[in-house]
Amino acid sequence: MGVLADANLRLDAGVVDYALLGFYFVMVLGIGVLARRSVSSSLDFFLSGRSMPAWVTGLAFISANLGAVEIFGMTANGAQYGVPTVHYYWIGAIPAMVFLGLVMMPFYYGSKVRSVPEFMLRRFGRFAHLVNGLSFALAQVLIAGVNLYALATVVDLLLGWPLWVSIVAAAAIVLAYTTLGGLSAAIYNEVMQFFVIVAMLLPLTLVGLHKVGGWSGLIDRVSAAGGDVANQVHSWPATNLTGITSATLSVLGIVFGLGFVLSFGYWTTNFAEVQRALSAKSMSAARRTPLIGAYPKTLIVLLIVTPGMLAAVLSPELAQYKASGGKLDNGVTYNNAIELLIRDLLPNGMLGIAITGLLAAFMAGMAANVSSFNTVFTYDIWQSYVVKDKPDDYYLRTGRVVTVFGCLIAIGAAFIAGNFNNIMDYLQTLFGFFNAPLFATFLLGMFWKRMTPFAGGLGLIVGTLSAVFIDVLNRNEVLHLAGQGASFVAASVAFVADVLVSVIVTLVTRPKPDSELVGLVWSLTPRERRQHSATGENAGWYRKPVVLGGGVLALTVALSIVFW
Amino acid sequence: MTGQVRSAGLFDLRYILGLLFGVYGVVLTVMGLWFTDSDGIDKAGGVNVNLWSGLAMLVVAVLFAGWARLRPIRLPAAGQSVEAGETVEAGRD
Repeated sequence: MGVLADANLRLDAGVVDYALLGFYFVMVLGIGVLARRSVSSSLDFFLSGRSMPAWVTGLAFISANLGAVEIFGMTANGAQYGVPTVHYYWIGAIPAMVFLGLVMMPFYYGSKVRSVPEFMLRRFGRFAHLVNGLSFALAQVLIAGVNLYALATVVDLLLGWPLWVSIVAAAAIVLAYTTLGGLSAAIYNEVMQFFVIVAMLLPLTLVGLHKVGGWSGLIDRVSAAGGDVANQVHSWPATNLTGITSATLSVLGIVFGLGFVLSFGYWTTNFAEVQRALSAKSMSAARRTPLIGAYPKTLIVLLIVTPGMLAAVLSPELAQYKASGGKLDNGVTYNNAIELLIRDLLPNGMLGIAITGLLAAFMAGMAANVSSFNTVFTYDIWQSYVVKDKPDDYYLRTGRVVTVFGCLIAIGAAFIAGNFNNIMDYLQTLFGFFNAPLFATFLLGMFWKRMTPFAGGLGLIVGTLSAVFIDVLNRNEVLHLAGQGASFVAASVAFVADVLVSVIVTLVTRPKPDSELVGLVWSLTPRERRQHSATGENAGWYRKPVVLGGGVLALTVALSIVFW
Repeated sequence: MTGQVRSAGLFDLRYILGLLFGVYGVVLTVMGLWFTDSDGIDKAGGVNVNLWSGLAMLVVAVLFAGWARLRPIRLPAAGQSVEAGETVEAGRD
């Protein structure tokens, strides 16, 4: 299959395209070198010295998630399922981001913790801290490896470079700028990557729509292609996406499984995201971070689903593949949607921008993994349990060394992924399960002051195990869930199991005294401490978190109605 | 707004973005005007995508540079706290 795929997808990249790519890497490394000057303490290195403006952290917040795996996966969903893919954004991200900004951020930023596991330590003690810290650190380096391997396969497919060259080169660049400039360099590069991705997706979408005769032309072509048309051009009930045949249960699966458990779990407790908000320069900016990010997040899905749908009608190979119901072995799959569209629509010049955008997305994804890994490893494992009470510059040096090791482990994981493709696929699914119970524990812990330390740790373990259990049942065909429904169900079960175990264990164990929970639990935190300054740079009605949050929810509802 | 202002410690990302899109815009506009053959235009359904993207990027570059000039980063002078909210919280801790 390799030979056939190579012949199909190789891009005709010219000198100009490579020059545009090269210039981008000069800028990336330049940012690393410039950011180096502002790093003089461990807080500078791991949290940008809490100095970032809200628009920067807001864009980095969504950009850390808008990695290439996401772009390939979601355009693939667009090609396969059509319009229902919007649920991953409008239901699967926006409400959770608004909740993070309005409700949870005052606790994260206000308690001055430096990481999500550190919040667990303050609220629940060492047991939950270790469970969360270790699982997060491990997940991040391995996912960084998955990112690297995915980058290398795409570069091999598009440009014909050997796998090991791309893996080592990309890891070296990410290592260079994250060890030099720390989180500041990672964040600045994420923002730059965001704009390059838009510079790739916007022309691609517009040119594609021009070719098929606008949106109505696209709908006509999708309808003409046949198959499950009604599901592809309407967002509800999305039975094709969930694989749940009952329309009512399908909607329920999306709203509760994707919209509540998976989405809130990911966006509100994943430190790779939350870290961007913690680097903001004030409580006001931290609260605005996910809210500002939510606006482009709401809109960018249109630039992701549309190219996916376009690829499925414009690319003859993909159209054939889709007409065969995904059974034809012609060297392409839905995952190649964006590559096919780039190959077929963009001339040299814009081609270089598109290649740059894809590579930038891979590397920014990996940098987000690495920069959150080094923070959690240094603060939550090394400083908390291994070498305590050293001066700050010791931990700054540790952070740089840990970054090197993190990248080396990621390279190792990338090579392992090359040999055991399925194992990495399982691992990634598994790590997805850590978030759902984590959100249950956070929610209970923030609003129920009685919840005990032991309940916090045990709930996480039982919740994760029950998600794994459901996944194993489904893989061994005891349960029958096709499509994406399996992960919705697994996450929902994990959430419920975590809540049950936490409540039962809490009732028979001893809670922490109220005095230790001020700033960590809603009812014990004075109202003024949850507020932030609204003067100077933070003044103005348009900077009010409630206004920003309400605005983006209204925008999402309006778009949902348009694409109903 | 604090009266005393000194120049920013960390460089301004908006100038970097302006530079990136300025260079990209020039390259793509030149490509679009003189070096995009009819194959390249046919690919995109008759649209000169290099030219239009290049011009759009030049506009974006000007917007970033203009924004950075009109609203430079302000840091409070040394010794002052970052903002009022921080002072309140620091006092509480």
